[in-house]
Amino acid sequence: MTKLTNLTIADALTGLSKGDFSAVELTSAHLDAMAAKRSLNAYITETPELALEQAKESDARRAAGRAGALDGIPLGIKDLFATKDVLTTAASHILDGFKPQYESTVSQKLKDAGSVMLGKLNLDEFAMGSSNTTSYHGNVVNPWKSKSDPAKQLVPGGSSGGSGAAVAARIAMGATGTDTGGSIRQPAAFCGVTGIKPTYGRCSRWGIVAFASSLDQAGPMARTVKDCALMLNVMAGHDPKDSTSAPIAVPDFAAALTGDIRGLKVGIPKEYRPDGLSDEVNKVWEQGIEWLKAAGATPVEITLPHTKYALPTYYIVAPAEASSNLARYDGVRFGLRVKGDSLDDMYKKTRAAGFGAEVRRRIMIGTYVLSAGYYDAYYTKAQKVRRLIAEDFKKAFETVDVILTPTAPSAAFGIGDNTDDPVTMWLNDVFTIPTSLAGLPGLSLPAGLSADGLPMGLQLIGRPFDEETVFKVAGVMESAAGFTATPAGVAGNETNAGSARGGV
Amino acid sequence: MSLDRTTVRNIAELARIEVRDDELDHLAGELSGILTFVEQLAEVNTDGIAPMASVADITLPMRQDVINDGGYAEAVLANAPDAVREDEGGFFTVPKVVE
Amino acid sequence: MIIQGETCDWEIVIGLEVHAQVISNSKLFSGAPTEFGGAPNNQVSFVDAGFPGMLPVINEKCVEQAVRTGLGLKAKVNLTSVFARKNYFYADLPQGYQISQYDQPIIGEGTLLIDLDDGSTRPIGIERLHLEQDAGKSIHDQHPSKSFIDLNRSGVALMEIVSKPDMRSPEEAGAYLTKLRTILRYLGTCDGNMQEGSMRCDANVSVRPVGSTELRTRCEIKNVNSIRFVQQAIEYEARRHIDVYESGGDIKQETRLFDSVKGETRSMRSKEHAHDYRYFPDPDLLPLVISQELVDGIKATLPELPDEKKARFMSEYGLNSYDAGVMVAEKDSAEFFEIVAKGRDGKTAANWVMGDFFATMNSKPEYTWANPPVSAENLGRMIDLIKDGTISTRLAKDVFIFMVESGKDPATIVEEKGLKQVTDTGAIEAAIDAVFAANPDKVAEVKAGKDKLMGWFVGQVMKATQGKANPGMLNELIAKKFKE
Repeated sequence: MTKLTNLTIADALTGLSKGDFSAVELTSAHLDAMAAKRSLNAYITETPELALEQAKESDARRAAGRAGALDGIPLGIKDLFATKDVLTTAASHILDGFKPQYESTVSQKLKDAGSVMLGKLNLDEFAMGSSNTTSYHGNVVNPWKSKSDPAKQLVPGGSSGGSGAAVAARIAMGATGTDTGGSIRQPAAFCGVTGIKPTYGRCSRWGIVAFASSLDQAGPMARTVKDCALMLNVMAGHDPKDSTSAPIAVPDFAAALTGDIRGLKVGIPKEYRPDGLSDEVNKVWEQGIEWLKAAGATPVEITLPHTKYALPTYYIVAPAEASSNLARYDGVRFGLRVKGDSLDDMYKKTRAAGFGAEVRRRIMIGTYVLSAGYYDAYYTKAQKVRRLIAEDFKKAFETVDVILTPTAPSAAFGIGDNTDDPVTMWLNDVFTIPTSLAGLPGLSLPAGLSADGLPMGLQLIGRPFDEETVFKVAGVMESAAGFTATPAGVAGNETNAGSARGGV
Repeated sequence: MSLDRTTVRNIAELARIEVRDDELDHLAGELSGILTFVEQLAEVNTDGIAPMASVADITLPMRQDVINDGGYAEAVLANAPDAVREDEGGFFTVPKVVE
Repeated sequence: MIIQGETCDWEIVIGLEVHAQVISNSKLFSGAPTEFGGAPNNQVSFVDAGFPGMLPVINEKCVEQAVRTGLGLKAKVNLTSVFARKNYFYADLPQGYQISQYDQPIIGEGTLLIDLDDGSTRPIGIERLHLEQDAGKSIHDQHPSKSFIDLNRSGVALMEIVSKPDMRSPEEAGAYLTKLRTILRYLGTCDGNMQEGSMRCDANVSVRPVGSTELRTRCEIKNVNSIRFVQQAIEYEARRHIDVYESGGDIKQETRLFDSVKGETRSMRSKEHAHDYRYFPDPDLLPLVISQELVDGIKATLPELPDEKKARFMSEYGLNSYDAGVMVAEKDSAEFFEIVAKGRDGKTAANWVMGDFFATMNSKPEYTWANPPVSAENLGRMIDLIKDGTISTRLAKDVFIFMVESGKDPATIVEEKGLKQVTDTGAIEAAIDAVFAANPDKVAEVKAGKDKLMGWFVGQVMKATQGKANPGMLNELIAKKFKE
């Protein structure tokens, strides 16, 4: 029998329902694997007692014939989701000791569907980062190793780096992520897993520590397209507690995986070939186009003329919102407090000690672009360009059904690389940010391995609330890619193992 | 835009983040770099374009005027550093403010 | 009001910003209660306390109340308005920003007519009205080194109503606040209680030489909690400005606090830093769009407002401007008056309401409009009894007192106490005869031309009839008797 930790969610659900194993066994297998892989630092908080208790309850429910959609499935929850009575840190020192007395809508829905929470996953501090190196609780290590330098520790991507690493390393069957500018898709690509940022408004933001409210969106990360669809089925849905949550019915995303994409038009944006794009990534992209052609879809070159302005737009809008969203971390009601001589002194000392360098930098940029005299030149201008970017997509979707791009310009890089200049680091998100600004659904799936043996991802972008088409096309690509490679330490291998049809 | 030390200090003050004097130059350099990067937006023609604050294509939903929340001072105060416990009044505290 | 200075005559320029607490069950963006005076931090949701991941959802009642108020102020209702964050740090501001409205408020320009003591009126411009969240409360006197924070008020809906700088004297400012409060209470959108803080006023004050049209630097005086104090604060502040200008100084734009004990304003230390509120549209909230149908629906339910009611009381009941103004100052008094006056002589009704009734009403705290000393119906019936001659106006005063004591209707009181006035000529004549017979010397004096004594006779006869003699008949009969 396959190791329990190697099962997909779909297969585990079948196994549980057939009684091949219990939820307690499945959870225990994951808890053991977690203990063996603490060096990845994927979890900030492990909740083994809670997990086993939930697993027991799940077995009881299943025995009573009341099993939910994800009953007994062990998941990791990104530590940006508030979880009742369980430490919630946003990977920041400023939330020191914070145990929310409430549960986020998305994690509650997963709970209600019977899933088991293994723990809280590491991330970039306040989800600000593309390498998971800004966490107060230490960086996450990508389970994948480069062939040329197996000793080198690679980043898992970010901000949902703990989620990507845990799913890849088989220490969670699936995980929640959040995506503001690529924080689900880029780590999914770096870790060789699948992740989808749904349409803005698809999943409730209630109870998720806010980074940039007009961009933040929760989504699932798992090892297959179908697993993501099964998770999103549970996570999505209108929430009256979130004014930006869409009052739109949730279809059965898994049912969209028909395998039939004949006649679909796939947009290939000509602007997505910037200077820094690696040849290998470009090659995987070409390969992806061929797979879709072979399945009966038609590639169409499209233009998204304002693509190059997405990054600067994002780095005005997101920090501006963040500077305001993070004002509540003031040492008064929760988290860290550093004593001060006066109220202002307490604020300043608390926030200086509580926020890391990247967060402080973004708060200050955001504060500046909103300040008197600069607001129009920066913030208003960025909001106008944001509209142009959204209109680019709108126009493109008049002729195509889905858009295919690379997820990131390169495969995972080394921890400590790209840190000299914040702007260079931000370039990782050059393909994911436009989608975020336009609020569109974007899915990343592993499509091949680089010559160095590292996964590379492709991104599928859909129309607003048309995750079904995205899933459908992703399902076809997944079959075509045949990505069966696993990172080091999975299936007993010391280095990465297996293969993929895509790549070099 | 190149920011000077005074501007950086003012931003830090507005954001209530303590910045040491010896950090100012480095921060000014970083922030100036970021601003220079984002300023490429100036080359985009945005005449007649309305600013986009949200992609959500819905109008603001409203709730009915019913009381269905609150009444849990203990939970509200549970995480507060240096709070006055509920049985002794139930307050958050801050260093004394003189108005 | 003109203030004579050393160098020239000065006029005061006043604009008022009123924060009126919206009457609603729950808060503007959360389901926590708004009720005044709960246990500290117990009327607080995680949203109100600014916890991580909490999101605002707007209360439709608060929106309707703002529209209602806007219509009451004859103001433009903006069908699309935008909530913006006003960013600043303060101990009782848990989110680190206040959700307010900035460049797109829900209500635009309007007008409010102030009633001045001489019976004249003057229009004062309304600049805007917007919805925003209230902050919590800091308590500074409970601990030597700490301030305590209670967030019960945090998130309660406020309407900020901003006037144009159209007022020129403390009296006008007082009249504006009085009138605004009256309108809000008529509309049922704010209870207008300044002591409890449900209506708060910031005054923007500047001065300028008479004849000048410039607007000089203004100072904002914060949170003054009574109309009288607002007036005192404005007067003090204006004189301070004049003193500064006349001694060659300049006024610095600042926020000041009124000290009601010393009767002076002083600079607020906590507001020393220059503010940069960094307003931007709240990304947790979309633009607020309301339909014309909603506005029309609210318009259809507006009550008759004080200005219209006053005009009607003058035309329909013949009241003068002053009396009509007094009657409409409170919706309850206007309603009371109207029940009394309906189908009767308006002036008589007004005299009774403003006289004996108001005096009694104000004599004991337990009397309220919900529990008046005499019901409007009974007061009306009493006036009917005067009109049909059953009782005299003089007897009515006694009947009124009996009504207050017993709550019984006037006809029953007249019956039980035998207060029906005597209109039987024979009975009055007999009483007159008896008084004449007992006082022949006084009769002689009158007959000798001492007319002043006539009144004495009237009084004696009235006394003899226990006040029940019809005064008109009595006067007539006495005069007739002397002519005999």
